[in-house]
Amino acid sequence: MSNALSALLSLRNVWVEYGDKVVLEKVNLEVTEGAFLSIIGPSGAGKSSLLRLILGQEAPTRGKILLDGAPLKPECGPDRGVVFQRYSVFPHMTVLGNVTFGLECPAAPFAARLFGTARRKAEAQATEMLEAVGLADSLHLYPAQMSGGMQQRLAIAQALIKRPRILLLDEPFGALDPGIRADMHGLITRLWRDYALTVVMVTHDIKEAFTLGTRVLALDKRRHDPHAPHRYGATAVYDLPLRGPPVPAPEPQPEPVAATH
Amino acid sequence: MRWINWHLTKRDRLIAGGAPILLLVVIYLITALQRHAANPSDKILPLPSGMASAITALLTTPDPLSGHLVFWADTFASLQRLGLGLGIATLFALVLGLLIGALPPVRATLSPLVTGIAVIPPIALLPILFIALGLGETSKVVLIAIGVAPVMVRDIAAHVGSLPREQIIKAETLGANSWQIIARVALPQAMPRLLQAIRLALGPAWVFLISAEAVASDIGLGYRIFLVRRYLAMDVIIPYVAWIALLAILIDVTLAAISRRAFPWAHGEGR
Repeated sequence: MSNALSALLSLRNVWVEYGDKVVLEKVNLEVTEGAFLSIIGPSGAGKSSLLRLILGQEAPTRGKILLDGAPLKPECGPDRGVVFQRYSVFPHMTVLGNVTFGLECPAAPFAARLFGTARRKAEAQATEMLEAVGLADSLHLYPAQMSGGMQQRLAIAQALIKRPRILLLDEPFGALDPGIRADMHGLITRLWRDYALTVVMVTHDIKEAFTLGTRVLALDKRRHDPHAPHRYGATAVYDLPLRGPPVPAPEPQPEPVAATH
Repeated sequence: MRWINWHLTKRDRLIAGGAPILLLVVIYLITALQRHAANPSDKILPLPSGMASAITALLTTPDPLSGHLVFWADTFASLQRLGLGLGIATLFALVLGLLIGALPPVRATLSPLVTGIAVIPPIALLPILFIALGLGETSKVVLIAIGVAPVMVRDIAAHVGSLPREQIIKAETLGANSWQIIARVALPQAMPRLLQAIRLALGPAWVFLISAEAVASDIGLGYRIFLVRRYLAMDVIIPYVAWIALLAILIDVTLAAISRRAFPWAHGEGR
């Protein structure tokens, strides 16, 4: 929390309240560029609320959120990419269509799709992104034809094509089985390094938080009123900077994995 | 084995499904034969031969007044009304359903009105339509449209409204504006549901069509049935009813096939 000036994202005394229920209180957070911040904490400790705040899906009741020094609008925008645990991809678009969509939006505000050369260019760029996440062989599949792991690869590619300032991950690997989860850890670490990403990840899995993160933030309630448990919100109880990037060298597998699972 | 686990093979399903229909036909034939044995000029339960000759006459002899072949003219007139009414309702369902489902201000403005119209029994509107729009084609088409549109609008709006929040957020983070989200995220996912809604609306649409034709018309399947009722002409009524059933099934099967062809992702293909 020292270098407030160079912080990419800062939360200053942020509160989230629903009626008289306090979810988050006094959250102060500075995220520097290139960080991989893991957020952990028990259920109901406001992990997802915090993510929704950064995403712009909700506005804080009190306090300020700054992105690149400017106040954050309470609306989602292309400077923040997101991968949810489920429903992140569009079931009615092919893999290629899902990723190309992000390029079509700014380029075709009225037609909502690209045609001809512009389309081929966007598709080439999307294909490149899909190769980077190991989906080069699945361009024309629909999400329902793919495994959960492949769908999450797609969701990551879809978010990264926008080159977001921050990539937000909401329990992205929570629904995957352990082997695939390890593959995904390798993938996200590689992408984080290759694309110089700033990542904020919410997770239940403490081991995952420490393997991937350069910094781990634990949210919990500091105080507890047994007669009115909803009156105290959660805040950052531990903020652990870990040294350097997480276990760099030994990746489980070499370059783009043919995603066969 | 439990009954809930007793799955039939395709052949057995055909036999099982055909048996009750066949049984009804046989019961009809036996009863009709008995009645004709007692009274050869019985009109209530005509024999297949009687129905065939009555329909052949309607199929081949032109109407002396209009010069049309009655059966085909009736079919065309009814299908045109049905198609127009359902088409208008579908258009409303798509446009209003998308806007109400996707845009909260539109939902707040129009949702109560649509709900209000939906609870009015459409047949109660028929006199108003006849008075306001005359006895011509318009009032019949409008009755069908008003009869089925509110339910379809609400169905599409509910479907669009229940798209996972994550998808909408994701589209926003990809830089999509409201229009792009409607056009590229909501509309394509509403289409299979729209076809489903049309299939479900077909039943009520036929009810409104036949009602309107029965009350005031000079052509149409419903008109013919209610006209020949005066002469107890069951030899025309029964084939006409069977024809209506066949048309309804054909339209339903066609819509289902279109949905599977056009939106394979919505039917779990490939997995």
